[in-house]
Amino acid sequence: MARITAGVATSHVPAIGAALDNGKSGEDYWKPVFAGYEASKAWIAAEKPDVVILVYNDHASAFSLELIPTFAIGCAETFQPADEGWGPRPVPVVEGHPELAWHLAESLILDEFDMTIVNRMDVDHGLTVPLSLMFGQPEAWPCRVIPLAVNVVQYPPPSGNRCYNLGKAIRRAVDSFPEDLKVVIFGTGGMSHQLQGPRAGLINSAFDHAFLDRLVEDPEGQARVPHLEYVREAGSEGIELVMWLVMRGALDDRVKVAHRFYHVPASNSAVGHLILENA
Amino acid sequence: MSAKPYHDIPGTIVFDAAQSRLGYHLNMFCMSLMKADNRAAFKANERAFLDRWPMTEAQKRAVLDRDWNGMLALGGNIYFTSKIAATDGLSFQQIAAMMSGVSQPEYAEMMLKGGRSVEGLRSKSEAR
Ligand SMILES: [Fe+2]
Repeated sequence: MARITAGVATSHVPAIGAALDNGKSGEDYWKPVFAGYEASKAWIAAEKPDVVILVYNDHASAFSLELIPTFAIGCAETFQPADEGWGPRPVPVVEGHPELAWHLAESLILDEFDMTIVNRMDVDHGLTVPLSLMFGQPEAWPCRVIPLAVNVVQYPPPSGNRCYNLGKAIRRAVDSFPEDLKVVIFGTGGMSHQLQGPRAGLINSAFDHAFLDRLVEDPEGQARVPHLEYVREAGSEGIELVMWLVMRGALDDRVKVAHRFYHVPASNSAVGHLILENA
Repeated sequence: MSAKPYHDIPGTIVFDAAQSRLGYHLNMFCMSLMKADNRAAFKANERAFLDRWPMTEAQKRAVLDRDWNGMLALGGNIYFTSKIAATDGLSFQQIAAMMSGVSQPEYAEMMLKGGRSVEGLRSKSEAR
């Protein structure tokens, strides 16, 4: 039987990918960011997941305003890194797991989560930067990846509670998959950041630390926090943090914190990272 | 446009239904810049390229003037308008500096010192 063993939460700042791709990860500015993921790389090398379910958002790369799915699941064999305006990132092609992805789609839809099924989708920094942070720069990604895209560009994104409950439904779906697979779920985006307007550059580390605490200890309480509070306190793009609740919902009620990291700044954003194991 | 609670947040435009309707063609123009051919055509003659899109004159003006905040006010979304910045060879941090009215070095310095504080930038009506 397939099982979810752990969850990873991480920011997916595009500049982190660019720093790595351009050989700048050893520079003073970037060193502390990558240092925060050294333990994570060792952890995931030991954990050896067969599949990662990667919850992220597309940033006007695969989806324009023509079609805006609230929750979309990638069921394809492969996903190409997107060209975000300066050529695709020089990272491996993402290999999907169509069998589990379709099982998830079926199970989630019958569980009343009306997923959009995607058979062709390029994946942008939202998906590839977390893979780079966790796996470094391999020739091929060491596991299969199921992209699960959440709309956070067009307001409103799904509520925190909806995201949390989607995580619970993902857990039920994985548990009912007959093949013996080890699955790790990633929730990505955040932490506090605002990319637009006169308030650009907003960082709220008090909010971020409280979010990290509460995601671990009181996810149901965090799931009730309305969008307005994220936008006000964590910036207009800080609302990406609702995606971490999908990851959290897929784990046990009580979890063990295997790793926690926080750093400011990476370009315009605060970087946050957690590794949570089912207790 | 009815008042929404998030209109109370200073210096922030939430990309909601009203903004999305207003900015549809502006954003789809931006999206077209994902293709190299379109970037070349835009660079060769910006006005002519913009005239292919059913955008308002004010939206076209904001693009030509690289009025980044103006584009947002007219329905632009930052993930779309940043494609113009990429076409211009500008980084996200450079346009963030422009939108917040400081030089890029000043902006970078602010970020190194922990970013822009939320104090005083939470609410217009409550001045907190
Ligand atoms: Fe993002």
